[in-house]
Amino acid sequence: MSLVFLLAIPFAGGIVAWVAARWSAAACRWVALASAVAGLGLAVGLWAQHYHMWGAAVPSRSIYVEPVPFFSELDVPWIPQAGIRLHLAADGLSLVMLMLTFVIVAVAVLASWRGVRRRAGLFHFMLLWAAASLAGVFMAFDLFLFYFFFELMLIPFFLLVVLWGHEGRRRAAIKFFIYTQAGGLLMLISIVGLYFIHGRQTGTYTFDYLQLVNSGISGWTGRLLMLGFFAAFAVKLPAVPLHGWLPDAHSQANTAGSVLLAGLLIKVGAYGFLRFLIPLFPQAASDIRYIAMGLGVAGILYGAVMAFSQTDLKRMVAYTSVSHMGFVLLGVFAWNQIALQGVILQIVCHAFSTGGLFILAGVLEERLGTRDIGGMGGLWARLSTLGGFGMFLVMAALGLPGLGNFVAESLILLGTFSVSRPAAIVGSLGLIVSTIYALWLVQRVFHGPGGESKPGTPARLAPREILMFVVAIVVLLWLGLYPQTLIRTTDAATGSLLRTAPAMQSPEPGSSATEAQP
Amino acid sequence: MSDAHLLVLSPYIALAATAVVVMLTTAFYHRHLLLAGLTATGLAATFACVLVAGAEDRRATALLRMNDVSLYFIGLLVVVALAVVALSYGYLGRTERRFGDFYTLLTLGALGGAVLAASAHFASLFLGLEVLSVSLYGLIAYPRRRPQAVEAAFKYLVLAAVTSAMLLFGMALVYAVSGTMLLDKVASAGAGLAGWEAAAYKAGLALVFAGVGFKLALVPFHMWTPDVYQGGPAPVIAFLAAASKAAVFVVLLQSLAPLDPQRGGVLVVVLSVVAYASMLAGNLLALFQQNLKRLLAYSSIAQLGYLVVAVVSSGAAGGARGAGTVAVAFYLTIYALALLAAFGVIAVLAHAEGEPEALSQYRGLGHRRPALALVLSVSLLSLAGMPLTAGFIGKFFIFRAGAGAAQWGLLVVFALTSAMSLYYYLRVIITMYRLEVAPYAAALATSPGGMSAGRRAADRVAVAALVLLTASTLLLGVYPPVLLRLIEHAASVFR
Repeated sequence: MSLVFLLAIPFAGGIVAWVAARWSAAACRWVALASAVAGLGLAVGLWAQHYHMWGAAVPSRSIYVEPVPFFSELDVPWIPQAGIRLHLAADGLSLVMLMLTFVIVAVAVLASWRGVRRRAGLFHFMLLWAAASLAGVFMAFDLFLFYFFFELMLIPFFLLVVLWGHEGRRRAAIKFFIYTQAGGLLMLISIVGLYFIHGRQTGTYTFDYLQLVNSGISGWTGRLLMLGFFAAFAVKLPAVPLHGWLPDAHSQANTAGSVLLAGLLIKVGAYGFLRFLIPLFPQAASDIRYIAMGLGVAGILYGAVMAFSQTDLKRMVAYTSVSHMGFVLLGVFAWNQIALQGVILQIVCHAFSTGGLFILAGVLEERLGTRDIGGMGGLWARLSTLGGFGMFLVMAALGLPGLGNFVAESLILLGTFSVSRPAAIVGSLGLIVSTIYALWLVQRVFHGPGGESKPGTPARLAPREILMFVVAIVVLLWLGLYPQTLIRTTDAATGSLLRTAPAMQSPEPGSSATEAQP
Repeated sequence: MSDAHLLVLSPYIALAATAVVVMLTTAFYHRHLLLAGLTATGLAATFACVLVAGAEDRRATALLRMNDVSLYFIGLLVVVALAVVALSYGYLGRTERRFGDFYTLLTLGALGGAVLAASAHFASLFLGLEVLSVSLYGLIAYPRRRPQAVEAAFKYLVLAAVTSAMLLFGMALVYAVSGTMLLDKVASAGAGLAGWEAAAYKAGLALVFAGVGFKLALVPFHMWTPDVYQGGPAPVIAFLAAASKAAVFVVLLQSLAPLDPQRGGVLVVVLSVVAYASMLAGNLLALFQQNLKRLLAYSSIAQLGYLVVAVVSSGAAGGARGAGTVAVAFYLTIYALALLAAFGVIAVLAHAEGEPEALSQYRGLGHRRPALALVLSVSLLSLAGMPLTAGFIGKFFIFRAGAGAAQWGLLVVFALTSAMSLYYYLRVIITMYRLEVAPYAAALATSPGGMSAGRRAADRVAVAALVLLTASTLLLGVYPPVLLRLIEHAASVFR
């Protein structure tokens, strides 16, 4: 029942935190932190318990059949009248996402420790319910259940932006809301359409993922259904023409909100592509493969160029997300073992490097009272610890070898190369552009003549702040130096995913990902 | 008439008896608690009668057809009336000095609704509608010193009387050419007609539909809704919105479903147009509304539009067979729960001078009365169709019914307008959790201390009822089969 607890802990923790806030804000923070850590502990426990399975050889013809490391813990009828089941399960990919969720939420609680003073109860309630719905998204193996959590996520995120954001929060939140809701509804139409088409073909009306996988719906019906999913996930990711909400929402949310948006919400798009879009509609997905990869490359370059021209630090970091998520889209549609490993690594590393940069922006804003890059400068002299952390995170973001992002992006490009050389070649230009904006950022913020600090703010970092940076640095270093931990965990899961979509199969550049790691 | 007939009709007997007993008691003992208690007991007894009536599809009399669907809705009506009693008890205690007639009228209104829910004949349809409407006139104008309430009642009276006349005339036309007044025959009676007879038949049906559409506040007949909702006392409007609409909707469902898209022809087109118009107009007009009661009025127009989508889809074949009926019954239930809770919050916040209507008066309510703010938030989220609330499941069932019947145009508008609706529902919620506190909400924090013991108890009764309503909304959002099993069983009469 551990997966049920992964849902129950944040749901219950949120309510307890809200109630606890009536007595003291500190109690509420500790409750929230404890729930996030408890969830993390449980997820890590599950991962460790199944560790021996992760590297195991996978029977070559099985799609999600035992003994693939895939444990389905709960599969009971929920609304039998409509063929809806409460099907919670996890494989290596889900577990990675779950661990990521709880780490990031714990960091978000720490990040708002001093910043959020009013309505703290409601804030932590929203934070934990966002975590719960994210956990649900990553465990749901029933399309209706997935949609349920996918929609549930919207309200906490909307309120996090609109109630605790910066000056332009209302506009940003409404924009975010309209984009994601429109995408979500198109997906709902596709889900219900898939349900009826599959039901008429087979006679069983079901939303169960394992039965719908590789549905064999092709032609225009399949393409239209696939586009519904594509719209929802491309908005979340975001893929380039649908990214309009992201810079506003990321820059207008408070630090915890930005960390959550960048670290988790947009990862739902990536997860959706991997788990749902391609396995459900392999044929239709392979039809748009090169268009999608083109969008990915466009995102890489566009995001990087836009990042270069920003003056607002948070907005700039937001655009780097667009660029990094372009790599994810590229890798997903390359659809081979190496590229998928790279995508998962990118998901995790981006959460920490960008989350860390948003925390940096929050810390700076607290001390300088501005997010304007032009108003910073000379920070290295004044806040040298922060300068060190900032330098590290920026280097991670630009893809310095030895750090996780480098491994992720090179694996993606390597996987892409065998599918589409032009995409790989143009995409790798992104690495160069990102170096330019990253170094430019370091120069503007940390070097040069210094401005004035806001009076009365501590020059030193609090232990809480140092802890957040250290978490990010440790993860990035670990995944940069020994990515095998993660690759081993997700190896079987990606293998299963690949086998669900034979139409997308392409020649592998190496025999397995394990040989290609740096 | 046999014992079995008596058993089937027992809910009516219990309701009528309650009305008489309450009326007589009012004449001798004018105690509020006693009257409310009697009404509640009578309604509870009625509910017990509904449970034992367990009818098969049989004609209890020539006028009434008691099947599981009608029994389900009679049960729903009784539960709604019970909730309204719980909400009115505190409300009337604060605003009025006479109580007896209110409960008599409320019980009579429920009786009218119950007749509608089982009507099989034009005569019972008209009878039920009039009993319901006439009690509503009285109920809306009950706070007679409040000019807005009297104005609302008059507006409702005049328009309802006109549409009743149209309804009667339409019935006469249909009867004149087809010779039948039985609802299930009327729909097919036009088949053999030609020339002026066919025209008269169609005109008659159109007039009947206009009469029904007025009660449901579907779009071309919706003009009265915002004014009446704004002026009327909140608990009464909760009854009007939840019970009276549900009762009239059952008539529509019972006489139309399963609506065969091939044979339905013109009817499907008319209903589709009405659904499009209601969804669009209701949601668009609510978007920038600054008055909570008017906002709820427009939102209820939109909600009825969604329900018509399910009626249009009720004849689908295949896996969705009966899905339309299930969707309607489920959605009407959760709509009733949500509207009762929303108007209940307004009723609890009301004082002798009036009710808080402007959205700005709700600023900061989340800090002053967290329970009430939570109740209102959950019911609005349910109306918006957010997960964890019953509204999400309800909307999904309508969606499923529509997709099964391949009504893609309606579904796209349904999806887009309900996305739009989130904007105005969320605006209310954000207002309640704003940091600054409106003077109205600020005054609330101090008033519970200043209340007398009796009023505090009444307040607690209402809040308990609201919490129960909210809890059922959440329960149905998390585990809908508790209700769906019952509804599926009831809806099987349409297979």
